[in-house]
Amino acid sequence: MKKWHLIIDVEKCEDCNNCFLACKDEHIGNEWPGYTLPQPRFGQRWMNIMRTERGQYPLIDVAYRPTTCMQCDDALCVQASDGAITKRADGIVLIDSLKAKGKKELVNACPYQMIWWNEEEDVPQKCTLCAHLLDQGWKQPRCVQVCPTGALQAVSAEDADLQYMVREESLEVLHPEFNTRPSVYYKNMHRFEKEFIAGSVAVQKGELIDCAESVAVKLLKGNEIIGETITDNFGDFKIDQLTKNSGEYTVEIYSPGVKIKSLPVDLKNSVNLGVILFED
Amino acid sequence: MAFKQTQFSVMLFGLEKLLKLTAKKHPAYANRLKEKNLIAQIKLRDNTQGRYFIFQDGSVSSVTGIHPNPDISMAFDNASLAARLLKPNRDMLEFISALKSFQVELVGPDELTIWFSETLGMMMTVGLEYGIDVGDGIKRYTNNTNGGPVFVYVKDGKIIRITPIEFDDNDAMPWTIQARGKTFTPPRKTTVNQHTLAWKSMIYSPDRLLYPLKRVDFDPHGERNCQNRGISGYERISWDEALDIVVSEIKRMKKDYGPGAIMNGSGSHHTWGALGYWLSSRIRFFNTIGWTSVEHNPDSWEGWYWGAAHHWGQSARNGGGETYNTVEDCLKHCEMVVFWSSDPEATSGVYAAHEGTIRRQWLKELGIKMVHIDPYYNHTAALFGGKWIAPKPGTDSAMILGIAYVWITENLYDQEYVAQRTVGFDKWQDYILGKEDGIAKTPEWQESETGVPAKDIRALAREWGTKKTYLASGGVIGFGGACRTATGIDWARGMVLLMAMQGLGKPGINMGGMQQGTPVDTRFYFPGYAEGGLSGDYMGTAAGIQMYQRMPSLPSMNTVYQSIPRLKIPEAIMNGECEGYPTNPTTIEGQFLGYKYPSPGHSKVKMYYKYGGSHFGTMVDTNRYVKMYRTNDLEFVVNQSIWFEGEAKFADIILPACTNFERWDIGEFANCGGYIQHAFTQCNHRVAVMQHKCIEPLGESKSDYQIFSELSKRLGSGAPFSEGNTELDWCKRYFDATDLTKELSWKQFIKKGYYVLPAPSEAKRDPVSYRWFAEGRQKDTPELTPLPGDYSNGWKNGLQTQTGKLEFESSSLKRYDPDDQERPPILKYIPQWEGPHTEELFEKYPLQLISPHPRYTFHTQSDGKNSSINEIKDHRVLIEGYYYWIVRINPEDAGQRGIRENDLVKVFNDRGAVICAAQLTERIRPGSVHSYESSAIYDPLGEPGKSADRGGCINQLTPSRMMIKKSHAGACNSCLVQIKKWGGEESIL
Repeated sequence: MKKWHLIIDVEKCEDCNNCFLACKDEHIGNEWPGYTLPQPRFGQRWMNIMRTERGQYPLIDVAYRPTTCMQCDDALCVQASDGAITKRADGIVLIDSLKAKGKKELVNACPYQMIWWNEEEDVPQKCTLCAHLLDQGWKQPRCVQVCPTGALQAVSAEDADLQYMVREESLEVLHPEFNTRPSVYYKNMHRFEKEFIAGSVAVQKGELIDCAESVAVKLLKGNEIIGETITDNFGDFKIDQLTKNSGEYTVEIYSPGVKIKSLPVDLKNSVNLGVILFED
Repeated sequence: MAFKQTQFSVMLFGLEKLLKLTAKKHPAYANRLKEKNLIAQIKLRDNTQGRYFIFQDGSVSSVTGIHPNPDISMAFDNASLAARLLKPNRDMLEFISALKSFQVELVGPDELTIWFSETLGMMMTVGLEYGIDVGDGIKRYTNNTNGGPVFVYVKDGKIIRITPIEFDDNDAMPWTIQARGKTFTPPRKTTVNQHTLAWKSMIYSPDRLLYPLKRVDFDPHGERNCQNRGISGYERISWDEALDIVVSEIKRMKKDYGPGAIMNGSGSHHTWGALGYWLSSRIRFFNTIGWTSVEHNPDSWEGWYWGAAHHWGQSARNGGGETYNTVEDCLKHCEMVVFWSSDPEATSGVYAAHEGTIRRQWLKELGIKMVHIDPYYNHTAALFGGKWIAPKPGTDSAMILGIAYVWITENLYDQEYVAQRTVGFDKWQDYILGKEDGIAKTPEWQESETGVPAKDIRALAREWGTKKTYLASGGVIGFGGACRTATGIDWARGMVLLMAMQGLGKPGINMGGMQQGTPVDTRFYFPGYAEGGLSGDYMGTAAGIQMYQRMPSLPSMNTVYQSIPRLKIPEAIMNGECEGYPTNPTTIEGQFLGYKYPSPGHSKVKMYYKYGGSHFGTMVDTNRYVKMYRTNDLEFVVNQSIWFEGEAKFADIILPACTNFERWDIGEFANCGGYIQHAFTQCNHRVAVMQHKCIEPLGESKSDYQIFSELSKRLGSGAPFSEGNTELDWCKRYFDATDLTKELSWKQFIKKGYYVLPAPSEAKRDPVSYRWFAEGRQKDTPELTPLPGDYSNGWKNGLQTQTGKLEFESSSLKRYDPDDQERPPILKYIPQWEGPHTEELFEKYPLQLISPHPRYTFHTQSDGKNSSINEIKDHRVLIEGYYYWIVRINPEDAGQRGIRENDLVKVFNDRGAVICAAQLTERIRPGSVHSYESSAIYDPLGEPGKSADRGGCINQLTPSRMMIKKSHAGACNSCLVQIKKWGGEESIL
């Protein structure tokens, strides 16, 4: 049996919010009987786009992580719902508006905080993956249809095929420690969850300071080299995929082959070390 | 009886049968016939032949002969003409020509003649089928927006869903580009903008104006209480009362004051469609009454129009560049793209949704480097990465000189090209090297102005000088926030001059950031909105070039030769005088012809008929506009608006207009025409769209066309306004004027609602922009401009400049005012008149504010009004029940002021104060702050115009000084402010 999945590429999300707005367009003012009551005009974010910035001016990057119902295989909301929330054979988790009426506690059942409370209708609500459309033959939910970058993909796949994709494309789930076996997978999650160390290497040549291109940069943890790169024509380097609050590192700068600088870094969040100047 | 006479007789006889048959077949038509009782005579002018038609309580009968006293009479000069013009598919040119020559005349009250004409026309349209049935009682219509064409799903008269258009199997296949061993082809669908997806929430907004309103303390026959505009409330009135007040005021203005007393102005943008856009019905109506026009400054182009045009011409594009087939050239040959004040991911170029996004992804796929120069780490930079260089706002021209210095001193420019294709380089070189003023414009020198390290500029210049580089200056070529600083003229011309040094037009060396220049069919004619829609105004729009011939209509011209520069409306009203420089793109020199308000022998403006409510959010130093509304100098203000917002709340009478989803229209994806000729090359497919009337107008709102039609009937100018046509009739006339007629029938078009133009074969693709120029050939790009008289060496030979070359030293500026210290003939660095060099002010207001075009809204369209856009986290922030506008500030500057994320802060200077939510971000360089323009909400905490605003109209803070004295150019991005935590006070300071 094929199951629906969302594959979300964090690197391709630019916070355009088309997904967020298409969801509102589809669900505000419209009731889809058997699937969901209308979304209230304000307040709910079935597609919730999270923002993070890394680094400091001017060496930074920005990433966005669209977050939605994870359509978990072992959904805690299903377990807590006494039959009001079920997972369909095609993988889509749906809230039964009648059975769930008045059950505000279900909002807290989702560890991803993707269930919202509709005060007016007195029901919990969440993303349905536009099941009412998929059941009519639509190829993708509204959010995916309007994504301009391909950051969102809807995939209907057999488990084995999906697992192959997960391995090939290094897909991850959000918060694997929740142990809910989400059906939503992420690509390039490091842009959101990992940290970098960056800097700009410059060289003093008499009066002038120039960017130092092709300078080797090594990152050491203790005595172990855990990252290596070379500077670009602006003298910039960036070593990524480090763990937040991971402690002491040493950044070593080599020109050609000779160590010219050694800088200690106590890594909390991503850091721009600024201009690292050496004399020619 | 001769054959022609017989034919006429038969047709008249048949007309009665046809009217009856149509009414029998279509209940809507039967209802139409019930609207009026009248006797309509159709005859020959000499009364030798005729038949009159009696419309009585919905039934029609007719009698041969001449009625002694008909309500209306349609008289033809001769039977032959009558027979031809009464045919269902008459020749429109012949019909219009006959009207102009008085060979056919329609006499009677407008109310009846227009009704009769429309009723005859409706026989052709009443049975038209449109939209696709998709089951479950849902019909799928089509429409178009400022951010892409859409499918509109309607059930039970209500819009349930708006989506982009996904092409079906019958639609044309797209183009394919082979580059560097890869194949690139766009998906078979249209993309949409955020604001497009918000339309349903805007249509059903609680802020919709659903019936006419009158300010409670406005009495047209007594106390007008102008001082209470913006303060006192409104009461509902009937359409009859509203129209009568507006009509009597128009008549009073004309009688008591004479030409010029009535001013009309619009926002720069309106709801999409050839009929509804601000250059169409609006102009046609105001031309029937004579009006003082509001002259738009070229607000998105500014520096290009007032600066770049003097170095490379392109006046017809307001100084922007050619945009042909650069996508293919860039993919094949380019090695680096420099985005300079260019954020197409935020601005979509203009109107082009996310069409360019996938093409920039191809750049990344090919490993083509990108550099981003912008004080803000913009969304294009964030998505694609690459080096970010952040100059202080308004200092870009110093960086340009620093780059040129490196190229000159390290011989990194195309000397042969400069020798053959340019003039005046030596003079500029002397200035750069310091021979003129003793200051060498070194990278170190520029660092003191821009704040960007010299080393970075040397690295950039060296890479640029050795790699084939595309320069994306602005989202489309000729835009960019840097062109709206006090040094915008210098930035824009500097963009041209840098490319002149690198060989503009050579393979891989051109302008653009993959936003324009797709290989779509530019030779297929479908007009853009700037071609005037149904305006018939061949002087005030671009209609004269093609549309006036293709869609013949009665001539429409403004008889009032008086204009007010848009940025000086408050001065014109409150001081009674002002001067301006025109936006005249026909020739480079058009902009030199300064003018004064009032015009000789003309009345000052006493009545303001405003179209929409955008100016507080979009002009500069906008508390001026607020104050203007509250003076007696404006005796009457009427606003025709869709929503109750912005300056609409300062009118005496408000006329409720409907959206484009509630009326008929026709238009093409991103085709504006005019200053951005062939703007559809931003799109991956050309898509012509029938804009179905998807639902009935909400409440008592009416289309702009209907409102103007009602007014013109009451003013006795119904015929010249509407020519007896409904909006659907005009859509058909418009369709007939395009090349669509060669591809599909009107019936097919209106049924399906859209047509995808086939992409031309590879061999038929346009030549690349400026390749002809680089290779010293005749111009071969498909542009009609420059006009023949503007070539020095004959048609199509060289550029529009006097020398026909790229001019480092501008001939036109030398001729006009060689000693202008603000705009010398060569680009020099002139520090901005509001910035770090204006020391006293800078000490008081030490933060440089930039306010670019917004990302999520189309100017004020879709902001406020409970639109779903308001919930976007990076658009507004909900704090204590109120959606606040956002100001972006570097954590370092925020820290110094004790400001934390989402604190409410007051952004202020001497001109005003705006309460915003603070967003702390490393994306803005320290010392600068960022907040988009275009709040639709103006919400003063105290007296309007004199207190802080928490709506978010950031343009209250921007300066009203002209970029240079001899211009009508805003410089909103040279703006100093201070920011502090807001303590709840109403005061500005």
